[in-house]
Amino acid sequence: MSAAREQILSGIRKSLGRGPLDETGMAPIRQRLQAPSRHIIPARVNLDAEGLVALFISKAKGVSASVDEVADMAAAPQAVARYLIKENLPARLVQAPGLADMDWSVAPTIEVRSGLAEEPDEVGLTPAVAGVAETGTLLLASGPETPTTLNFVPATHIVVLRRDQIVGPYEDAWDHLRANAEAAGSQPRAANFITGPSRTGDIEQKIEIGVHGPLRLHIVIVER
Amino acid sequence: MKTHPTSATFPSNASTALADPILQRALGNLKKGFPVKRAEVVADLPEFEALRDVARDIKDHTLNHLDAYLEIYEANVVQSGGQVHWARTAEEACETVMTICRDAGARIVTKGKSMVAEEIGLNNYLDTRGIERVETDLGEYIIQLRDEPPSHIIVPAVHVTKEQIGETFRAAHDGLDPNRDLTEPRDITDEARDRLRQKYFAAEVGITGANFLVAENGSSIIVTNEGNGDLTQTLAKVHIVVASLEKLVPTMEDAIAVLRLLARSSTGQEFSVYTTVSNGPKRPADLDGPEAYHVVLVDNGRTAMLGTENQDMLRCIRCAACMNHCPVYGAVGGHAYGWVYPGPMGAVLTPSLIGIENSGHLPHASTFCGHCEQVCPMKIPLTKMMRHYRNRAYASGHGSKIGRIALGAWSYLAARPALYRWVTKIAARGLGWFAGRRGSLSRVPLAGGWTEMRDLPAPEGETFMERYDRESRRKPRQEPRQEPQSGLGQ
Repeated sequence: MSAAREQILSGIRKSLGRGPLDETGMAPIRQRLQAPSRHIIPARVNLDAEGLVALFISKAKGVSASVDEVADMAAAPQAVARYLIKENLPARLVQAPGLADMDWSVAPTIEVRSGLAEEPDEVGLTPAVAGVAETGTLLLASGPETPTTLNFVPATHIVVLRRDQIVGPYEDAWDHLRANAEAAGSQPRAANFITGPSRTGDIEQKIEIGVHGPLRLHIVIVER
Repeated sequence: MKTHPTSATFPSNASTALADPILQRALGNLKKGFPVKRAEVVADLPEFEALRDVARDIKDHTLNHLDAYLEIYEANVVQSGGQVHWARTAEEACETVMTICRDAGARIVTKGKSMVAEEIGLNNYLDTRGIERVETDLGEYIIQLRDEPPSHIIVPAVHVTKEQIGETFRAAHDGLDPNRDLTEPRDITDEARDRLRQKYFAAEVGITGANFLVAENGSSIIVTNEGNGDLTQTLAKVHIVVASLEKLVPTMEDAIAVLRLLARSSTGQEFSVYTTVSNGPKRPADLDGPEAYHVVLVDNGRTAMLGTENQDMLRCIRCAACMNHCPVYGAVGGHAYGWVYPGPMGAVLTPSLIGIENSGHLPHASTFCGHCEQVCPMKIPLTKMMRHYRNRAYASGHGSKIGRIALGAWSYLAARPALYRWVTKIAARGLGWFAGRRGSLSRVPLAGGWTEMRDLPAPEGETFMERYDRESRRKPRQEPRQEPQSGLGQ
């Protein structure tokens, strides 16, 4: 162990006027870490499933994301195709390997590649772990099926979100991620809470949408 | 770029700032922006006030058990394949970062916005050792090209106008089409996006700060709006997180509680666009992500603040609400403070980190209106702490000479009531006499700065104590509540 480490730790203890914590002192810390408890959850998420979806949509639109709703996964490719045409974007996208069961035969004009995103890819398509109604936020996790570059490199990011993935507070979304991580035996390298397309206020406080990350964030909510 | 603090010359820095019309225009934008948006989103979250107490308690608990949480945090970083480096000083932290860069064979290093990196002087350190450092936050990129330090901890280029940025880009960007329009923020943003794209992919190392370190899982969290932090850490081969010790929280639930306050207090957003939880290097089957993940834990004076009256300052989450609402910051901007941290939080943190002898003016750069404390999401008693530093500056012989003489005279008088009454009596009569029938004074000795802009109403002949004695002699004291209308002058 490095000298710096030891000196910092002993400096902290000296400043706090005590030695290393004994078992009794460590007990509340272990407890807190083993069973993390939630703090105050905003009352705005005390809604039924219907209400949460409505809140999610209104909050997401409020941060300049666009939202579409379709009946089932089979209808998702056409929804994506419609969006690309409407935004005058090329009929070409990179999708997360995790979306391999999307059937693109209904939208044959679109050229689909599966994998990570690189320059000059213009459209990335990914699933999400959850949608957080509280602020219209998406939670995405990295993994072999869901490369993180898809969320950031292309100028347009399209997310397919199942309706039943929409939860109230961030904590519920994180519990989903924890459960997935436990099942997989390891945490994801990166978990991204995404609330709208990238923005800046760095020039004279004027908000500009679309900086280094995506210029557009489009969410396709799938009924079932 | 200036790397040595100029906090000691705050008064002259401030005078220069006040006389700078471009800066004053830029600061006007700030006052109209963040405070208004903050008020709106805070009003929209009824739980905001209660969350401030929660957030304070989370940080207090963590700081009081910091050694234990740091050890657990470190073990969890290692578990997920990362490495933790401990740095006692700024120099040690810079050396550690440089060693990692050298081992990675780095030529180009991309960097997300990090205040602790500014604090330890990392930029200059890398620049002078053959590294091409590229700031990726738009504001940081602008001031890097202009060779200036940040003037705000959230919007570092707040002091620069769009016209100046356009000129800066024209001067710095090789091969820029002379006909390219760079007049509007949109044009400037697009130009920066195009320029920086290639750098993300070319960089061997990406450096970010951290808004939180989470003991529970060994993760670091960054909060950004532009997406530059994510491109920086995802596309480089090596990700280095530079973070000071007090960024630690125990669990994700704790981080989330504080996150509900951070963006609202800072930019007046409900949540920042990107809240990114990073955990170690890419997993074996992952298609992207950095191959190595390092955390450089920076002390640089924090452990010495623990257990003292300065410990509360370690709760600070660098949201900038205090400076966004500060009348002094709003008048002089960030550069006047002379070091990395401006505004009320800087007035407290700077003396803690570089010493009151180098920054004795900063705790005086406040009207004590208390707005900073009202908006601080972490309930840091900023005015109390500035007062403490004022006392210390006085006790150790710092501060202006005239101020010291005046304070000394005042304390001499205040401790001798009979003399005090006599002196104030003379002064009241004298000022009254000088004012004559006008009833006001346009010039008062030693108060030229005050009377330059306005007249001083003259005393009306007697002091408060004289009047009080007279009134109490004339009639027995009345309970004011029984006769609310009756005043002393009846």
